[in-house]
Amino acid sequence: MGTPGPQSPVLVTANYKLSFDALRLCLPGIDAWLLVIDTRGINVWCAAGKGSFSTTEVLQSVQQSRLKEVVSHRELILPQLAATGVAAQAVRKGCGFAVRFGPVRAADLPAFLRNNMQGDESMREVTFSLKERAVLIPVELFLLAKPLLAAIVLVLILSGIGPAIFSPAAALNRGMILLAATGLGIIGGAVLAPLLLPWLPCRQFWCKGLVSGAPCALSAWLLIAPQLGLAEQLALVLWVETVSSYLAMNFTGSTPFTSPSGVEYEMRRGLPAQLAAACLALALWLAGPFI
Amino acid sequence: MRGYRYIDGVVTLEVDRLRCVACGNCVVVCPHRILSLTAEGLEVSDRDLCMECGACARNCPVEAITVSPGVGCAVAIMTAWINRLVGRKVLSGCC
Repeated sequence: MGTPGPQSPVLVTANYKLSFDALRLCLPGIDAWLLVIDTRGINVWCAAGKGSFSTTEVLQSVQQSRLKEVVSHRELILPQLAATGVAAQAVRKGCGFAVRFGPVRAADLPAFLRNNMQGDESMREVTFSLKERAVLIPVELFLLAKPLLAAIVLVLILSGIGPAIFSPAAALNRGMILLAATGLGIIGGAVLAPLLLPWLPCRQFWCKGLVSGAPCALSAWLLIAPQLGLAEQLALVLWVETVSSYLAMNFTGSTPFTSPSGVEYEMRRGLPAQLAAACLALALWLAGPFI
Repeated sequence: MRGYRYIDGVVTLEVDRLRCVACGNCVVVCPHRILSLTAEGLEVSDRDLCMECGACARNCPVEAITVSPGVGCAVAIMTAWINRLVGRKVLSGCC
């Protein structure tokens, strides 16, 4: 970046597009060397957690780039979130470069560099604002595309089962209703839950999903259920809540504050509940045409 | 982290104050700012805010901090459970 010389700082980053772009965009006017670690296109924090942004990778990159011949100082600036995978003391031992952890966000780098490489508390704390939560929603929905395709086929087949063994008309009619309910469940768990996260009651995400799924279940019951019998109405309400609860629980992987111990704790409670509710919903839906 | 509390009493973070040499590495790297060095030594201000990322343990030169690091992701944990159940790696997770 710019026209760096032997005294210019060395900024280490990942080869994830957004990480790299964030770095480049905040650096106009600054002369620096960029050392890019091959994290197979994964962002800094995830790569650090999974082992591709590691002490070993940093040592290899320093070696391969012959950094010692490029700069006269012996300091590397790493993103703070790389600390999960990189041990500062081990890097120093391995290649002689001292590691300084920079701010969490690249946008704070200019201030960090100006401030004699000191980061204040706000630069070092991870946040999860509404905007940061909202940008994750498209990813969540995109990851649902393939399972949803499989679900559509299953829903149509199951919905056609009735007294006439299999009815294509019923498959379509009832299938559409069940798919609409699925869509409402997705809104509850993959859209409302992320957006309303800090305001949803309950600490466990599967419970938060039940809360954000409640208006969706109610909508299903009011809009699409009236044409159905009681068993099927109950099936739909259960299904919307199950889908919402499950997807909200899945959102734990996208947050910067859920501990694996906590997620395991809630999965041991949430999964059996979701499984039971799903089975009951399925049974009621299948029984509907026979009642 | 402001406004976000997860589940209390489950975190595996352990600090050995006697081993600590007050280098300050852990204080710098914690993404939720729960570690600090006081006159009494290393303090954990709110252990339930710990997300077990492992940055502190990783950067402790004397191994005074231990934590079972991992990914706080339901899909990752489920994948691990299923793979363990089946006995081999049938699922690879999404990232």
